[in-house]
Amino acid sequence: MKSATVGLPVVYRLGVCSRIVAAALGGYVLASLTGISLAALVPLARGEAMISGMMLSFLVYVVAVLWCFACHSAWRAWLGLLVPSLVLAAVNGVLLWGHS
Amino acid sequence: MKEGFRQAMAWLHTWAGLVFGWLLFAIFLTGTLSYFKDEVNHWTHPEIASHPLDDAAALDKAQRYLEQHAAGMKTWYINLPDERQPYIQVMYPGPSGRFANQILDAGSGQLAAARESMGGEFFYQFHYQLQLPYPWGRWLASLCALVMLVTLISGIITHKKIFKEFFTFRPRKGQRSWLDGHNAVGVLVLPFHLMITYSSLVIFMTMLLPGNILAQYGKQTTAIYDDLMPSRGVPAAANQPAPLVSLSELYRDFQQQAPGSRLGLIEVDHPGDANASVVFGRHGGDRIVHQIGYGRVYDGVSGALRFDRQVSSVPMMIAGGLYGMHMGHFAGPGLRWLYFLAGIGGTAMIGTGLVMWLGKRQLKHAKSARQPFHLCLVAVLNVMSMGGLMLAVIGFFYANRLLPFELAGRSGLEVRVFFWVWALSALHAALRPARQAWLEQLGLAALLYAGLPLLNAVTTGQGLNRSLAQGDWAMAGVDLTALAWGLLLAWAVRKLWRNVPVVKARKVAMSAEGEPT
Repeated sequence: MKSATVGLPVVYRLGVCSRIVAAALGGYVLASLTGISLAALVPLARGEAMISGMMLSFLVYVVAVLWCFACHSAWRAWLGLLVPSLVLAAVNGVLLWGHS
Repeated sequence: MKEGFRQAMAWLHTWAGLVFGWLLFAIFLTGTLSYFKDEVNHWTHPEIASHPLDDAAALDKAQRYLEQHAAGMKTWYINLPDERQPYIQVMYPGPSGRFANQILDAGSGQLAAARESMGGEFFYQFHYQLQLPYPWGRWLASLCALVMLVTLISGIITHKKIFKEFFTFRPRKGQRSWLDGHNAVGVLVLPFHLMITYSSLVIFMTMLLPGNILAQYGKQTTAIYDDLMPSRGVPAAANQPAPLVSLSELYRDFQQQAPGSRLGLIEVDHPGDANASVVFGRHGGDRIVHQIGYGRVYDGVSGALRFDRQVSSVPMMIAGGLYGMHMGHFAGPGLRWLYFLAGIGGTAMIGTGLVMWLGKRQLKHAKSARQPFHLCLVAVLNVMSMGGLMLAVIGFFYANRLLPFELAGRSGLEVRVFFWVWALSALHAALRPARQAWLEQLGLAALLYAGLPLLNAVTTGQGLNRSLAQGDWAMAGVDLTALAWGLLLAWAVRKLWRNVPVVKARKVAMSAEGEPT
């Protein structure tokens, strides 16, 4: 990180951009899905379950952002968000299907 | 980012902190001022006199005023005077859709003959809306909060030996001193930082996470209100006129049910209609847990109690508790000052971080005649975001005293003065060398802050001689805080003045080793 503006390869900069997008958007999706899943699974009244899920969402968001910048490559950052997001989406899909 | 976990976190801390630091500095400073919102309101409305508190009488006055001036409006909102707010506040959506917000004298019950000013409300709204249209300002402020949280956590990870280093302070060592100061203030107020940042997200959670609401409720929007804001569930208008019950009568019932508890926001729905409702919210100072959308709901014609709901479930208590801790309504004077100091600590942590980012990189270019453009840009942004903001804030206070009393659109003009001063300071910072810009802006700010008590005394006759003698601590407190802040800035200017620029300092250090430079 010695010189921020000169001498860094384009690939590196694209990687940083990719991580930022992953953190902002991917992190949001994962955070929201975690909150939704928790709300669907905890045995609480609907409003209370939703509030609990939302409060958890923000914590997940922070961890997701940290993950995006801690892992070794931008690809892994995306993978680490997409896989749990898909799993959670599947769980929610099954729950929704079970309800209807 | 291949260097390992802690290096990666240091990178994140550095860059997220830089990019959002300027805005976060403004959010923290104006948010900190908001802990004394009522006191600032009092200072910006010096004409409004305090009267002994009498809730029932104040309710009667508010009701009389609203029945005369806002009959037929859909909703009325009333805020009663308390020990921090001397006036009655009434609000209602006007016929044109514009929200009327009026200040009544608690003695006469009529419009207070006071200067038009947003006062502390301006700083309060700025700190979460950033003067942007709804909802963009709130979204941007929330993004800042998330980045702040990320920066805090990555900062903790970066400073592994954080608690050990907390006891390390190396004064007069340039860059090291800034780092030690940054760490010390960061750790000292860390619980506050984490609480204030996380709670700000929780406050806006229903705006930030619409998907979560959709997943639970789908299209059943009324069910959301029933669950989260039960007091909103009031019947629609019957379109048959009926006189509104006396609010002070209801207040007597409220007092019997909960002796000693105070009223918060009072909401009257469909006043003058057969289906009128009255909602008595509870005062934020009575309980840490913030309870928006909860309260005692009365029939607005018969005065019968419909229902009374308070936050009771654990998740709601946690969310409401975080909300309440963020706002600090419950805090008495001592705790309020602690909030204020913690807020200043947070602001200082952000400021020292910004200064450090630049100082570290400038050192590398110390030998070259010109600094690279990006460093110049950061230098300008640093001056305008910190020095300039402090000038803008004090500019608002000066505008409050110096703009003519009767001027049309006065309160909007005060706000414009704030932004004009800020813009001018940015221009000044861009035109002057960084060190000169700092010296001049902080020097001017020191004069203006220290001079505020004098300005107040000259323009209103409510200077320290009178406010201290009368025990008007809100008025005196703003004056004294401005004076103290001015002195602090003067000290900073003196330090900066004596502190020779980096390149020279190095040579001095080399020639006279061991002596403090």
